[in-house]
Amino acid sequence: MTTADERVHTYPFNRPEGLELSPAYRDARVAPGMIRVRLPFGEPAWLATRYEDVRFVLGDRRFSRALAARSDEPRNQSYRRPGGILAMDPPDHTRLRVLVAGAFTVRRVEKLRPWVRQIAAGLVADLVAAGPPADLVDAFALPLPVQVICELLGVPAEDRHLFRAWSDAMLSTSSLTAEEFVRNERELNAYMAGLVAQRRERPADDLMSALIAARAENLDRLTEEELVELCIGVLVAGHETTATQIPNFTHVLLAHPERFDQLRADPDLIPAAVEELMRFVPLGAGAGFARYATEDVLVGDVPVRAGEPVLCAVASANRDEGRFEEPEELRFDRQETQHLGFGHGVHHCLGAPLARLELQEALRALITLPDLRLAGDPVWKTQMLVRGPRELPVAWG
Amino acid sequence: MSWTITVDRGTCMGSGICAGSRPDVFRLAGTASEPVVDRIEPDEDVLDLADTCPAAAITVRDEAGTELGPRP
Repeated sequence: MTTADERVHTYPFNRPEGLELSPAYRDARVAPGMIRVRLPFGEPAWLATRYEDVRFVLGDRRFSRALAARSDEPRNQSYRRPGGILAMDPPDHTRLRVLVAGAFTVRRVEKLRPWVRQIAAGLVADLVAAGPPADLVDAFALPLPVQVICELLGVPAEDRHLFRAWSDAMLSTSSLTAEEFVRNERELNAYMAGLVAQRRERPADDLMSALIAARAENLDRLTEEELVELCIGVLVAGHETTATQIPNFTHVLLAHPERFDQLRADPDLIPAAVEELMRFVPLGAGAGFARYATEDVLVGDVPVRAGEPVLCAVASANRDEGRFEEPEELRFDRQETQHLGFGHGVHHCLGAPLARLELQEALRALITLPDLRLAGDPVWKTQMLVRGPRELPVAWG
Repeated sequence: MSWTITVDRGTCMGSGICAGSRPDVFRLAGTASEPVVDRIEPDEDVLDLADTCPAAAITVRDEAGTELGPRP
C-alpha cells in the first residue's frame, strides 16, 4: 500500500522562534506510511517521521546524498548550499571522513576534558566577576566551543568576529540573496585558504597541519579544494551547533527547574542529561539534506522509487512514542538512550564525542551559578538551519 | 592471511557509521553493531573504520591475534 494521505504538505512545519516541535509531526507519525512535503524550492519529497523509518533511511547505503547534487533537491532557498562531506557517499565520503574523524574519537577527545573544563570554569568566573545580568550566548555559549575548535583546528580565536558572520551566512536558510551567499562563501574560502598557506609554511600541532601533511604525503587522497572545504566544515559545524545547544539546553532546563535541581544535587547525572537533552531538543528548523533512493526501496510499507528524495525528521523520531516511553517528558533515567540527535549512518556527526564533552562541561560549569534564571526574553535566531537563542539574557545569585 | 573483527557491543553507541559504510562487514543488530563475517581479507577501509569509530568499539586482529586497529 502507499500512504493514506495523498496531500503534499507545505514544509517546514516548525516555527523558527522557540523550540516547539510542530504537532504536524505527531499527526504524521500516527498516520500510516509517509507523507509528502514540499519546501519553498526544489522537488517534493517523502518525509520520514518515525524512529524506525528515519534510522532505516539514514543507515541504508541504497540512499545517497551525492545524488542530491544532480537533482532538484528540496531546500529553503533558491541557491544551493555546497554540501562538502555531507554531499558525498562512500567511498569518497569515507576517504575524507577518516582524515578528520580520527581527531574526534572518544579516546582522543577524553584527553581534552581537563582543558575544556578549565575553559568553561574560566568563562563562568568571568561572568561572576562582571556580575549579572549577562547574555549567556555571547559570554559563555559561543566562546567555549569557538575557543576549543579554533585551538584544535588551528584558527586564531581572535578572528571570531570575522568567521562568525561567514558561518552565520553559511547556515542561513533564506535571509541572503544567491549573490550574497556566493560572495560570503568566497570570502570564507579565501580566509581559510590563507590560513592553510600560513600553516604550510609553519606547521603546528593542530588538525589543519595534519590535513596538510596528509595531502603532502598523498596528493590523490585530498585535493587542495577539499582540504580548504574540510577545514571550513570543521570550523562551522564545530562551533555553531554546540554554541546553539548550550543556550537551548539552558532554556529547557530553566523551564524544568526540578531537572536543573537534580543536576545540581547530583552532577554525575550530567552525561545522561546531555543525551536526554540531545533527544528532547528539536534543534533543526526542519529536516534537510534529503536522501535520494538509488534503487526502488521499501521504507516501512511505502515503496520509494529510484531517484525519489526522502527527508528524515530526526526531531520527530526522537519523540516517537513507538520508541521512547513518555517521549514528551524530560527524564534523566532512560534506559533507551539511542536518540538520533547526532544523526545516524555514515553521516553521523563526526564531532559527536567532542560535542558531548563540551555540552557536559558546559552544564557542569553552569550548575555552579546559584539560582540561574532568565533576565529577559530570549531573542531567537530566524532563517537558520538550527534553532536557538541568538541572545539569552540571564541573571543569578 | 586474514583478519578477525570484533565489536564491543557494550561500548558501541549504534551510530551506524560502520554498517552504513561497509554493510558487507558490519550490520546493526538491535542497538549495536556486529560483524557479519568472522574473518575478512586484509582491508585498509575496515582499519580506517576501526580507527575512527566514535566509540572505539571495533577491534581488528591478525591471525596471530595481534591487535592491528584501532591504531593509536
